[in-house]
Amino acid sequence: MNRFILPAGVFVLLVAVLAVGIQRAPNKTVIPSALIGKPAPQYLLPVIASSSPLQAVQFDSRSLAGRWHVVNVWGTWCPECRVEHPVLLDMAREAALPIIGLDWKDDDMAARRWLESLGDPYDVVVADREGRTAIDFGVYGAPETFLIDDRGVVVHKHVGAMTPAVWQRDFLARLPARAATTGGSP
Amino acid sequence: MIPELGHFALILAAWVVIAQSAFGLAGPAFARERWIAAVRPAVFTQFALQTAALAALMYAFVTNDFSVQYVAQNSNSALPVGYRIAAVWGAHEGSLVLWGWILSCWTLAVALRSRSLPEAFAARTLGVLGLVSLGFVTFTLATSNPFLRLQPAAPDGRDLNPLLQDPALASHPPMLYAGYVGFAVAFAFACAAMIEGRLDQTWARWTRPWTTIAWAFLSVGIALGSWWAYYELGWGGYWFWDPVENASFMPWLVGTALIHSLAVTEKRGLFKSWTLLLAILAFSLSLLGTFLVRSGVLVSVHSFAADPTRGIFILTFLVLVIGGALALYAWRAPLLRSEAGFEFTSRESFLLFNNILLVVAAAAVFAGTMAPLISDALGLGTLSVGKQYFDPVFLLPTLPLIALAAVGLHSQWKRGRVAARRGAILTTAAIGIALTLALMLGVWGGAKLLTPIGFALGLWLIASSFVDPIDRVRRGIRLTPAIVGMAIAHVGLGVFVVSITAVESYTSERDLALAIGESGRVGAFEYRLDGLRRVEGPNYDAVRGTVTVLEAGKPVVTLYPEKRNYFVQRSVMTEADIHMQLSRDVFAALGEDLGGGRWSVRAQVRPLINYVWLAAFLMALGGIVAASDRRYRRAEGEA
Repeated sequence: MNRFILPAGVFVLLVAVLAVGIQRAPNKTVIPSALIGKPAPQYLLPVIASSSPLQAVQFDSRSLAGRWHVVNVWGTWCPECRVEHPVLLDMAREAALPIIGLDWKDDDMAARRWLESLGDPYDVVVADREGRTAIDFGVYGAPETFLIDDRGVVVHKHVGAMTPAVWQRDFLARLPARAATTGGSP
Repeated sequence: MIPELGHFALILAAWVVIAQSAFGLAGPAFARERWIAAVRPAVFTQFALQTAALAALMYAFVTNDFSVQYVAQNSNSALPVGYRIAAVWGAHEGSLVLWGWILSCWTLAVALRSRSLPEAFAARTLGVLGLVSLGFVTFTLATSNPFLRLQPAAPDGRDLNPLLQDPALASHPPMLYAGYVGFAVAFAFACAAMIEGRLDQTWARWTRPWTTIAWAFLSVGIALGSWWAYYELGWGGYWFWDPVENASFMPWLVGTALIHSLAVTEKRGLFKSWTLLLAILAFSLSLLGTFLVRSGVLVSVHSFAADPTRGIFILTFLVLVIGGALALYAWRAPLLRSEAGFEFTSRESFLLFNNILLVVAAAAVFAGTMAPLISDALGLGTLSVGKQYFDPVFLLPTLPLIALAAVGLHSQWKRGRVAARRGAILTTAAIGIALTLALMLGVWGGAKLLTPIGFALGLWLIASSFVDPIDRVRRGIRLTPAIVGMAIAHVGLGVFVVSITAVESYTSERDLALAIGESGRVGAFEYRLDGLRRVEGPNYDAVRGTVTVLEAGKPVVTLYPEKRNYFVQRSVMTEADIHMQLSRDVFAALGEDLGGGRWSVRAQVRPLINYVWLAAFLMALGGIVAASDRRYRRAEGEA
């Protein structure tokens, strides 16, 4: 009576897959972005804060063409973003490459207060008030950090708070030797 | 004190539930009448205890007891009382308490309404339900206790996620859980039947109303969630193939198959082992959905704090419950043979194809949802599956399903006399095609290839739904609730198909940049921004726009979209304003301040979109009407 055992057999396979999945769940909290290896989404968003006094009201992602850069998705409502903030400041001090802050579903004033009190690691902070750009990036929750190469292709995505180890291993290590020097303030 | 009492009640409930399942399963096995007699009191007690636990948690929320960690994380003193209650299920821990309580309600209902069932069978059913309850109560106690105290107590709470501060979403989880958990009843009936090794047509008659009501709840729950996503998230759609949406949709598809398969088992004594398998699958998929959402194995917009211990617990539970049921199935199902045969174009045959197509559709959704996980587990790298996969793969089995339903509604049990009904079939098809032409030529104009197909199939199905009731009235046969309910549900499905076709084919949308006094065109409409002002809510402040929509120069409606800023969670929410009409939705959402007095305004006009959800409610209504049929109550009386 094979056909009656079949469902149980399928279920055993399924459990095996789920068991493997759960083994991996702790070190892999989300499915990595489908964007990896694909062009990063374009965006034109209002600027909240910028390191350059000449920055316009709107920031166009196309102005980053030809440069390796990092997009960090954050919000003042996000506790983990506060945790990773000092790490971002250290990253900015090394100034290996520009960091774009995508302030996700946030209040502009709260974001400015946050940057004033905690320090501003970003070259530009843009406001994604509706969360449309975050959706384009496939963001599940803040913080998330994307490494984008000089052709505008997403190279890596990190989910959760940035740490010095992750920054060294997953970001800096992926940079070509030259990029670290050709980066800079946009 | 009250939270501790709630915690204690839950611990007691775990022990009572153990007694419920031990007596329920062992009583009939050892033929001990006293043990069997103890089952119902155990059910009443565990219901009372779980009610107390839920009430204690609600009390902590209503009284703003921020010394309870879960309350501090999910509520706030500025939150209106209604949402403080809804905040109970605003996160994982409270959802589980609610889940457990709803299961105890279903168990209570079975205990009260099964007095006419054979005692041993009722005891076994309640015993199996007890095992499921045990899993949920121990899961709550072991990994997700909502009664834990916070030392020191928080001065105020972190507030409920603003996304959830909405009436539809506040009622979405209870409805959904009522559906999920309701399938546990069909599951328990199936297990009890397999333990007894006996499954007759009376069994199917007992199981049918429970399954249909659970299915109706699930339909409403899914529709509420989808409706909420539409008007609250302002994404402008009704379905996103998100893993959690899929997790609720798979049990719905299998549950729909089960309802139809049960009909065949009841009327003709056929498909017995298949019906059992569907009953197991519908509940298994509900549990699997829980596992996927709560374990962090798959993450979606709905994701709860992922915790591997929780995942391992649910996986173990899954193995015990589903594995146990499937093992029982492998052992016992061969005993339950169906005797009768049927002709190829009989109703049985149509329902068989209905079942195959629904299960294929569920399998396609399952494959798409699980593919990322399987590919990862096999080390094939990661994968993400979206609309490009789901839309065509889902349409492939469901389009023929609608056509089949339209013809199948004309068919009769046992005999393949569809040819004799050729007149009615052709008439309804002609009505469908005529209305399609009228819609496409007269109202909206041409569109994609699937547009006429969708309209024609949906309208044909609606027309066919009326054939059987009309035929009965003509022949002077009384219309039973079962027949009326079936017609309503199928009309609902037809309306669903038509409305989705219209929305997919004829939506017009644009993002406008408007200063006050300016206007922009969207399709046949003109959107004019007339003003912006600041308004205050209880726990937010907002910018409210005044947008007048004109059609052919005449104002149709004034919309007030808002951008809300919630104080405590420091998050901004877009409250789109939608003018809902039966014929179309006129939608405006306030985007961002573009500077220079200009705001971006998202403008959309969607024809018939409300019918998508109305159709789901219609299907649910059909289910409830059908389940109210006297036949089921009489079945109890006779048994």
